[in-house]
Amino acid sequence: MNLIVASLITLGVIGIVAAVILYVVAQKFKVEEDPRIGEVEEVLPGANCGGCGHPGCHGFAEACAKAESLDGLLCPVGGIPVMTKIGAILGMAVAESEPKVAVLRCNGSCANRPRTSHYDGAKSCRIASATYAGETDCAFGCVGFGDCEAACMFDALHINPETGLPEIDDEKCTACGACVKACPKNIIELRKKGPKNRRVWVSCVNKDKGAAARKACAVACIGCGKCAKVCPFDAITVENNLAYIDFNKCRLCRKCVAECPTGAIHEINFPPRPAEPKAEAKPVSVEPAVQEVKEPEARPEITMPVNEPVGTAVSSPTSEICEDTKAHAAEETKIQDEESTVRKTRHLDATPQTLDI
Amino acid sequence: MKTFKIGGVHPNDNKLTAGRKIVDVPLPKQTVIPMSQHIGAPCVPCVQKGDVVKVGQLIGEANGFMSAKIHSPVSGKVAKIDMAADAFGAKCQSVFIDVEGDEWMDNINRSEEVERICGLTGPEIIKRIADAGIVGLGGACFPTHVKLSPPPGTKADVLIINGVECEPYLTCDHQLMMEHGEEIFIGISLLMKAINVQRAIIGIEENKKDAIKYFQELATKHFGVEVCPLKMHYPQGGEKQLIDAVIGRQVPSGALPIAVGAVVQNVATTYAVYEAVQKNKPLIDRVMTVTGKSVKNPGNYRVRFGTPLSDVVALAGGLPEDTGKVIAGGPMMGRAMKSIDAPATKRSSGLLVMPTLEAQRKEMDNCIRCGKCVSACPMGLEPYLLMNEAESAVWDRMEHDRVMDCIECGCCLYTCPSHRPLLDYIRMGKATVGGIIRARNAKK
Amino acid sequence: MATLIVSPSPHVHSGDSVSKNMYNVVIALLPAYLVSLYFFGLGALVVSLVSMVSCVLFEYLIQRFVFKGKTTVWNGSALLTGMLLSFNLPSNLPWWMVVIGAFVAIGIGKMTFGGLGNNIFNPALVGRVFLLVSFPAAMTTWPVPTPFSLHYTDAETGATVLAMLKGGFGELPSHIDMMVGNMGGSLGEVSAVALIIGGIYLMIRKVITWHIPVSILLTVAVFTGILHACNPAEFASPLVHLLSGGLMLGAFFMATDYVTSPMTHRGQLIFGFGIGVITVVIRTWGAYPEGVSFAILIMNAVTPLINTYVKPRRFGEKVKK
Repeated sequence: MNLIVASLITLGVIGIVAAVILYVVAQKFKVEEDPRIGEVEEVLPGANCGGCGHPGCHGFAEACAKAESLDGLLCPVGGIPVMTKIGAILGMAVAESEPKVAVLRCNGSCANRPRTSHYDGAKSCRIASATYAGETDCAFGCVGFGDCEAACMFDALHINPETGLPEIDDEKCTACGACVKACPKNIIELRKKGPKNRRVWVSCVNKDKGAAARKACAVACIGCGKCAKVCPFDAITVENNLAYIDFNKCRLCRKCVAECPTGAIHEINFPPRPAEPKAEAKPVSVEPAVQEVKEPEARPEITMPVNEPVGTAVSSPTSEICEDTKAHAAEETKIQDEESTVRKTRHLDATPQTLDI
Repeated sequence: MKTFKIGGVHPNDNKLTAGRKIVDVPLPKQTVIPMSQHIGAPCVPCVQKGDVVKVGQLIGEANGFMSAKIHSPVSGKVAKIDMAADAFGAKCQSVFIDVEGDEWMDNINRSEEVERICGLTGPEIIKRIADAGIVGLGGACFPTHVKLSPPPGTKADVLIINGVECEPYLTCDHQLMMEHGEEIFIGISLLMKAINVQRAIIGIEENKKDAIKYFQELATKHFGVEVCPLKMHYPQGGEKQLIDAVIGRQVPSGALPIAVGAVVQNVATTYAVYEAVQKNKPLIDRVMTVTGKSVKNPGNYRVRFGTPLSDVVALAGGLPEDTGKVIAGGPMMGRAMKSIDAPATKRSSGLLVMPTLEAQRKEMDNCIRCGKCVSACPMGLEPYLLMNEAESAVWDRMEHDRVMDCIECGCCLYTCPSHRPLLDYIRMGKATVGGIIRARNAKK
Repeated sequence: MATLIVSPSPHVHSGDSVSKNMYNVVIALLPAYLVSLYFFGLGALVVSLVSMVSCVLFEYLIQRFVFKGKTTVWNGSALLTGMLLSFNLPSNLPWWMVVIGAFVAIGIGKMTFGGLGNNIFNPALVGRVFLLVSFPAAMTTWPVPTPFSLHYTDAETGATVLAMLKGGFGELPSHIDMMVGNMGGSLGEVSAVALIIGGIYLMIRKVITWHIPVSILLTVAVFTGILHACNPAEFASPLVHLLSGGLMLGAFFMATDYVTSPMTHRGQLIFGFGIGVITVVIRTWGAYPEGVSFAILIMNAVTPLINTYVKPRRFGEKVKK
């Protein structure tokens, strides 16, 4: 009996002392925090990607709670729905903003851009690009060691072993911008997602003069300016031998795509043009084209059938394609003639050999 | 025998070309002279397309204090001024000159005679050096006149001449010492006058016994100049290591050698100083070693800047069949080249041709934490830790662990049994941290 | 012309490799191995072979089927772990216990942490200590050395020197016998001379530096020397401590394991000092007669801390005088 009483008392005293210590410490070191921060944080995705420019979701929640208005604050992952919730918590209005997506501005695949040296250092884009200008003669293009892939927290970006270029999955990409920061060559850009995921952009960042750029890469922008002339909306500027399409001005008319002599301007998720319905709808095997130019030193490539050219990584549902084809038919026929010649070089690996024209 | 105290490695020195006489490389048909051959702002071309230039004529004006003038190494007509790729693929504004004859500027003394007397004062000597566009020819290409003008409040008390040539394979400095010893000594006395010191020490590694003996003889005739034989120990040619080895002073972290009262100059630079001051000849050529185990005719070549490196390689017997890598400089710190069509520049201290088998890196293993990189690091850093930090991008930790002290000597990677690319990551981290520090200083 | 290879400097390598280091240690262990084959005969052969084969096998299986990555069994690290594990076992230990020890050493001591280079504790010692606490009886009955004995588990058993000291019974073998290895003990730890020869070989080949072994041995010698000077009747002489038990094996081969020892020389001296002190404390006042394994494991746990706080001497740092 005594034993039980003694142990009860001892345990009780220990418990009380511990509770007192905990209470005192908790009071002493208590950090005053706006309770709304916690609420906001719960709404956030919790990926801590840093895409908003703040150190993690907690940092963003703090910034939101502190801010006078939510202008300029955007969680790129959660997008407008999440921002609306945050606005409700904080009692502030949320400005609409267009969803964005990461876009690769280089098409220098193994086939398009012959390698002139072989890199044998640490497999990191940052290190390789600090060592020298790259394995090809293009000093601006993708290095291909996948720093962006490592930076992507949403599994939306993978290096295609056939092309040596990253491919972005529109569905998974949240436009957090981690890959944009990771890329030492500044190739990836966040662009407006566009209606039905349709986008037109210059897939090249080479600022060399036309001849040098073309020599280094078959699909380089040579800065000829034809696209800028043909653009009815004044969306294209050519600077330092490089064209750039302003996605705020672009209305996706695709005249520039047809005009580009090197196929540096890409379109994505558009319905196939009537001229060659097979080109986009039917899977195109790129293997013969790749093998023809492949050098003996090429890094080991895993054989993996690529079903679509890079430019059309995400395909729209078939019904939509048919519907849109009719709508665009009239416009398509106009530029059909110029197109048939240009078409051949438009897409990465859809080189003439493989196209069934 | 003296050496530096922390770390270091002992690579096989492979001095295949020791004792080979310096051979002049014939003039090429066209030279391409990049406007950036030094640390600092690139030069501004001061000639136009179609201009006729003579050897030694100024073609690139220095852009600020931290820059070095560039002179025409040949005579002929300026074909164009355009971007040209260097040996590593980077584009740089360059002057293309079509070579016609070999006509020199009139004020250059081309006689073979050794000019001993100099009536110039210290500042006048530094002015001549700046006008001649001299840079450190050891490899860093730091403008020499900048190094000779210490910041206010500091004073050098000793001049250290770097005749170490600790890079394996390279022998250009060694051969220059053997063929132009007297000129180098005059250059030393000019430099002593320029920075106003009474004492100069020449550090030479023991694998150059003939040079040590020859220089010791010459030193008896020159007041205040000593020769300091050094143990073979890489990276003894590093500025901080050399100062430690020769006079036992360690330059504090982040400081310049002048902080311990020392100024270091390479022997080739000293020779260039002699030519500039006594002969009025600007820096238009240099001696470079072309070497490699399978090169047919390795040797030391005097090459005018702008000459395509492929010409020099051709003179040495062309690239052998098994070529895997061509390195500009030595195997420890040199840069692997992308193409040998690029021109020779002030940086070109050597061309090392490595066979494919030797050139390829081995596959990397896990770090086994053997600590060999820590023991080998001459700056007392922990390369394994810095690499981990660079991989996980914790730049503040890296700065705290003194990544900025790294001299990129390569001892860590050389010694790593797991073949980990330590220096690759550290160099990347150093560049990133350097950028962060500069941004922070700019904000203040 | 073929395309040139480009990589950052340096472009030459010392030629050192993980497997070279591992096999050099294996070579250094051979003298001690031969001595144990002589004194313990068949038992030593069976235990060591079972240990080495099962360690290599477990490493292969785990890397191949659990990690599904490339296997590195040929770099010699598993072989070395197996060898060191068997050196720490009595030669009459049943083979299945050896297999369990090998599994714990490789599977738990090494692979759970991510394989070579990531383990916190010396794998061989993890295996050994696991066996010691699981099968205390089998692990503490050592066979008496009989040259070219053909007995395995049925070998005649006797006490080790340290057990004699602890229990205060028996007559200690002569110093010469202890040097050569003619005494009871785990199969690889008995011959001080053979182990020292191996250790010197490692230092000549620059696989290890003198810092860890010397600091351990010196600490043990000084500490036991003081105790012995205070009370010779109760505490054994330093020489007995140095030559008995697993001290030599531990100092030259177990504590110097790259992965689990500090990076800097200063850190290594601290590490060795710690092992020395803990060993003597356990031997003199602890429950177990031998404490080298525990001492090394405890200091292994401290190693990350040493690495964090003991930095190499930086270039340009003022030397305190």
